[in-house]
Amino acid sequence: MSDVAKLLVGSAVERMEDARFLSGSGNFADDLAVEGMLHAAILRSPIAHARIVAIDASAALAMPGIHAVITARDISDTIPIIPLRLAPLPEFEPFRQPVIASDKVRYVGEPIAVVIADSRALAEDALERIGIEFEALSAVTERGASETPLFDFAEDNVALRYDAGFGDADAAFASADYVRTERFSVQRHTALPMETRGLLAEWNSSAGRLVVTGATKVTFYNRRALAQMLGLREDDIDLIEIDVGGGFGVRGEFYPEDFLIPFAARKVARPVKWIEDRREHLMAINHSRDIACELSLACRSDGMMLGLRGQVFADMGAYIRTNGGVVPAKAAQFLPGPYRIPHVSVSVEAFMTSKTPVGTYRGPGRFEANFFRERLIDMAATDLGIDIAEFRRKNLITEQELPYPIDGLVPYEGPTSYDTGDYVEVFERALKEIGWHEKRHLQGKLVDGVRHGIGLGCFVESGGAGPKENAALTLEKDGSLTVAVGSSVLGQGLETVLGQIASDTLSIPFDRIRVLHGSTTLLDEGFGTYHSRAVVMGGSAVLDAAIRLREKILQQASNHLGRPNSELKIINANVVADNGASVSFAALAAGCELQADGTFSNEVRTYSYGTHAAHVTVDPRTGAVKVLDYIAVEDVGRAINPAIVHGQAIGAIVQGLGGVFLDHLIYDDQGQLLNASLADYLVPTASDFPVLRAVTLELRPSPSNPLGAKGAGEGGIVAVAAATANAVAAALAPLNVEIHHLPLTPPRLWRLIKNAHARAITAA
Amino acid sequence: MTSARPVHFTVNGAAATVTVEPRTTLADALRNELRLTGTHLGCEHGVCGACTVIVDGAAVRGCLVLAAQAEGREITTVEGLGSAAHLSALQLAFRKHHALQCGFCTAGILTTAHALLTEEPHADEDRIREVISGNLCRCTGYLPIIAAIMEARIAYRDVQCEAAQ
Ligand code: FES
Ligand code: FES
Repeated sequence: MSDVAKLLVGSAVERMEDARFLSGSGNFADDLAVEGMLHAAILRSPIAHARIVAIDASAALAMPGIHAVITARDISDTIPIIPLRLAPLPEFEPFRQPVIASDKVRYVGEPIAVVIADSRALAEDALERIGIEFEALSAVTERGASETPLFDFAEDNVALRYDAGFGDADAAFASADYVRTERFSVQRHTALPMETRGLLAEWNSSAGRLVVTGATKVTFYNRRALAQMLGLREDDIDLIEIDVGGGFGVRGEFYPEDFLIPFAARKVARPVKWIEDRREHLMAINHSRDIACELSLACRSDGMMLGLRGQVFADMGAYIRTNGGVVPAKAAQFLPGPYRIPHVSVSVEAFMTSKTPVGTYRGPGRFEANFFRERLIDMAATDLGIDIAEFRRKNLITEQELPYPIDGLVPYEGPTSYDTGDYVEVFERALKEIGWHEKRHLQGKLVDGVRHGIGLGCFVESGGAGPKENAALTLEKDGSLTVAVGSSVLGQGLETVLGQIASDTLSIPFDRIRVLHGSTTLLDEGFGTYHSRAVVMGGSAVLDAAIRLREKILQQASNHLGRPNSELKIINANVVADNGASVSFAALAAGCELQADGTFSNEVRTYSYGTHAAHVTVDPRTGAVKVLDYIAVEDVGRAINPAIVHGQAIGAIVQGLGGVFLDHLIYDDQGQLLNASLADYLVPTASDFPVLRAVTLELRPSPSNPLGAKGAGEGGIVAVAAATANAVAAALAPLNVEIHHLPLTPPRLWRLIKNAHARAITAA
Repeated sequence: MTSARPVHFTVNGAAATVTVEPRTTLADALRNELRLTGTHLGCEHGVCGACTVIVDGAAVRGCLVLAAQAEGREITTVEGLGSAAHLSALQLAFRKHHALQCGFCTAGILTTAHALLTEEPHADEDRIREVISGNLCRCTGYLPIIAAIMEARIAYRDVQCEAAQ
């Protein structure tokens, strides 16, 4: 890298995006206003499963200020179907979601009609005047609960089943000293970004061009999908990314509205804005988790793990959306975790219900898998009379065993291996941080009316999905730098991180760098932000472009100064020769175009890893849990901005604690979502979890990319249920309570305590 | 529409008039009529706090107040706390502590904190947590937000001293 006083990569620089957010000058979707703009509101099914007999929009259309009511009939005879972006398995194809319901509705919240009006309020008024005649069908809300197939072509409601694994699990179980099988589950919940979704679509009929603003995550992919649905060329569409109020996996996938709003704009030939309200957000955006698992562990009597068998059951909701079966596939893949388990067999069953479709939410499948496995480990260790820390220490994969192949757990993915790390050292660090040796005597103890428990959870976490990412760097005439990248920014501070990488490589002051991201106008091709890939892939692409631009700058300076490259140095946006002559970047850029493209291709996944530990108290009289201390230790390979990584970790822990105690999308047996408001769908607040700590380590950089980064957005959440539920279980162990199911609400814990007490009395 | 009526109030020190329907909320009037889009809407039903603005010194939810109720009032929005070039002590503390990620909840948290510290510059951590627990943030986990507000208290004490002198 260049001569600069202080390298920015690795330092906790303040974020370049903050001044605009702090002063209220950010630019979010609902902030957009253009000449002639109309507003959309969407009529959503109030019934979980029904045939649509008739739709009467005449009263709505007659209202003042209403420009159009669009239903399936207005779109075409064949309604576009949303494609599978990830893991496009043929089994899922028939279950994909049409962009609007035509003959049948399959979940509460499914779009039936779109109203376009002068204002959002008028559009909402008109929704109430659309008459729909339904013929109600019975809702399916549980696995195997009903014989009614939700899809006419299918015999039952199972979309996919597969088996996978490595080794010989049957033999391992047959020869084991000890076997235990338990059933666990994680409740349906969702990411809940604070900004709901929103889009502005502008159709230019004379040019035949469409611009959609408010897109994010995978804009290039979504453009391709939209072009096919609208019968346009990709080049005739631009998807523009502006400020985004949180993504966490759910935002930016291709949803019905990503077709409906552009379609409406083209139809009415006016710009159309749609802003999702919170109620529809909770019934329309991807739900997630909702996995049950039957897990069996086979061990030797000394605690060495021999085999693992897991059956994963996933409630996919009413349709298979863009993420396909990623959630259950990852729940199955991450069942073995960071442990040496020679024989593993997993199976996945993805079934359909009359609920909102599911997709990925931060740490998809991992949050669940780690909870299932780490709970069973505590049960097994207790049965075998082995200390829970010692049990884990014994079975963690050692550094000498890495790279450690975990092939064959996902049938449609190629071979993959845990790359680098020292799992044991990070585990010991977490024990030290939580004070395991000093506090373990507290396990289950009743002190001042509450019971103490300490829980542990270990994980590995994949990041850096391929295939590649692109970046383009331009030295502007004023000597400032513009960085354009195909990665998306969803509020995670990526602009700052990419700016740091470019600043160091080119020796340009950080405040002279502007980062443009996500939009399809910036590059020919981009791949977006998911699977903790933005820094690994986008960061490496920016680094590549910066190195190329540096060469061009030096070449240009060499011509200008008449000195060979070997005598030139870059110092603070100037090129200085050994003889003292110098030329500024601005002067060089004034003379010629200085631009460089960079790319980074890589199919190898990174594996971060770590351990979480929680110290809780449970009040046995009420079931209320208090988190006294929480520590997450993760090796991220390389932290470009430690403050941003730390912020990711703390934010993720709190989201995870929400998933353990609060977040829960509750359906009744009619398929009605009972808590579609923030008054009823609970998430953590500032007073819920005041003591949390995260330690970010840079022990073993990833060999897969020049930055050595492993992705850091998800390690903070993936082991939260594991560690916290283990802590609650440890606190309640003397009362003979076991924890199998989330969320750990006070009523649920209270009932478990009461039932255990009743059992004890009956037994006595 | 036909029933639209003018409402007069002061926003960030300047007189403003909006002509709105009776059902228009204060948040919508600020955002759509005055284009003060720094105030955000996260739920429109009074829970998330993203829409918080200061009305006559008190933090209120802009989505629960009608614009008509603001007649004659003095309103401060996030835009009135400081500009991108001249951030206030509170805003600088937020930047220093990485107390924001996506920035969507930030305006409501800044206005809530500003109203609190103006009244109670000695608020302790528990009090700050209690007040901020009315604002949802899905990114930060709140820790850096509390740290930033704690640090900013000193600036509000100075203001009180000056006022006293
Ligand atoms: S938008 Fe007003 S409280 Fe959420
Ligand atoms: S910073 Fe994103 S919601 Fe608070």
